Amino acid sequence: MPIPVMPTSSTARDRTSPAAVSALGLRKSYGDRTVLDGIDLHIPAGSVFALLGPNGAGKTTTVQILSTLLTADGGQAQVAGHDLAAAPQAVRAAIGVTGQFSAVDGLITGEENMLLMADLHHLSKREGRRVTAELLERFDLTQAAKKPASTYSGGMKRRLDIAMTLVGNPRVIFLDEPTTGLDPRSRHAMWQIVRELVSDGVTVFLTTQYLEEADELADRIAVLHNGRIAAHGTAEELKRLVPGGHVRLRFTDPTAYRAAASALHGASANDETLTLQVPSSGTSRDLRRLLDRLDSAGVEADELTVHTPDLDDVFFALTSAPALPSQPEETAR
Amino acid sequence: MSSLPLAVRDSTTMLRRNLLHARRYPSLTLNLLLTPVMLLLLFVYIFGDTMAAGLGDGPADRSDYIAYIVPGLLLMTVGSTVVGTAVSVSNDMTEGITARFRTMAIHRGSVIVGHVIGSVLQSVLSVVLVGAVAVAIGFRSTGATPLEWLAALALLVLFATALTWIAVGMGLVSPNAEAASNNALPLILLPLLSSAFVPVDSMPGWFQPVAAYQPFTPAIETLRGLLLGSEIGHNGWLTVIWCLGLAVLGYLWSTARFNSDPK
Repeated sequence: MPIPVMPTSSTARDRTSPAAVSALGLRKSYGDRTVLDGIDLHIPAGSVFALLGPNGAGKTTTVQILSTLLTADGGQAQVAGHDLAAAPQAVRAAIGVTGQFSAVDGLITGEENMLLMADLHHLSKREGRRVTAELLERFDLTQAAKKPASTYSGGMKRRLDIAMTLVGNPRVIFLDEPTTGLDPRSRHAMWQIVRELVSDGVTVFLTTQYLEEADELADRIAVLHNGRIAAHGTAEELKRLVPGGHVRLRFTDPTAYRAAASALHGASANDETLTLQVPSSGTSRDLRRLLDRLDSAGVEADELTVHTPDLDDVFFALTSAPALPSQPEETAR
Repeated sequence: MSSLPLAVRDSTTMLRRNLLHARRYPSLTLNLLLTPVMLLLLFVYIFGDTMAAGLGDGPADRSDYIAYIVPGLLLMTVGSTVVGTAVSVSNDMTEGITARFRTMAIHRGSVIVGHVIGSVLQSVLSVVLVGAVAVAIGFRSTGATPLEWLAALALLVLFATALTWIAVGMGLVSPNAEAASNNALPLILLPLLSSAFVPVDSMPGWFQPVAAYQPFTPAIETLRGLLLGSEIGHNGWLTVIWCLGLAVLGYLWSTARFNSDPK
């Protein structure tokens, strides 16, 4: 008679979609300051995940925990199939980390930095030289290879940083604010780099304060606020969370501003900048009706902009007080 | 790769990195040598005659004082060199590169071990350089046997290892390079309170026990004995105990600091 067997842990894992990073209830606090207050993550392999949040939201702490730099106070996580607490060395072997502050050795040259990484990944001399030359070429650093890394510009340092991260062929790459402090050209170059990484099948976990960046790069986005995930989903899903767009009217004459404010009920007014924000779907009929109302009140706006919902709206809706009803705001610090 | 070959390989890589730093920026190392060399010249050529008169044991001249002061200055050179180690460890910790090392599947201790071995090698090299200056101004060992030279070298390495582990710990707890340099200052000041410049029994009575039993004095007396044939007595054992104690203490302190979560 066949005996029913309990599913082994490996068959149980096969049923779920393969996750490059998964976390359950991650917590971290320093003294009585709670930085992470129970973070759950599920990041499918081969995707780009963006952790979005204002300064101090806990983005860096999350990356530091998932990359084995810090130990969490509570919760558990697997990275590349290995448990953070039980097998940190196996996690390290599978990941690459580019921190917020450049992790290059400024005293030695770019090439020596690369060869150092090759040695630490135990590549043979020849293989190390090959990988170094290839990555320096790919990141446009061949010219500067023999110069000390401390003489590099911000963008070059960041490129060297990522090149060093790639030496060991990591399957999961953490990029903590990869474009903070970069000029627009370097930022776009960095975006291109991230897209290429993913096309190689790597999973990218990035943090950013820039909504544009998350929108551009990420398959899935989580908004981190006060140590919790305030919302997560694709950019489109998140944009659906906030009500439709609005029209912004700006005035230079306070009298006109007040007249318009009383004519347009339901507009949110900003007395300091003399702007009105009127909910609107952005259709021509909607706009005509708005302009008609302004006309009949006898005022003209000095500037009119139509605003369709973007991640900014989501971000501000989720991270500004008062918070979502389900999320009691912590006392102001 | 199993644990020991991994440790050796990664530590070698880290050592190469530290030696590369030292080679690329020799001014850092040479600056640290300035203090012992200046003190050597100052005490021999400016204060030499007076100091020699204070040595006792009949009429003495400047050359006697050269012989007296050199062993102490050689060990002071070690103290001076490891201050540089504290600074470079502290620099390393504040740079992102150490965070990178921590997230890599390398042998954890290799970062520190690389610093320690590099620092000991640098100390030996520094002592050789200061020793060369000493020989140039007239220092001669009085008939030390090859075995005694070997013992002197071993003493040097042991002493450098002990001070280096302490310096690494100081570097790890210092928030920046300036603080590391300040925290490591006792390693330069202690020799001034030892038998390096004047004999302990010429010091005030209440201070003599402090001077006689701090780590530098036994090591200086032992080196003096090996190079110049003076009485070593209990100083040999005292030196070994001090060095092993400091090395173990520094090792435990440093590894605990390095393995704890960065703040």
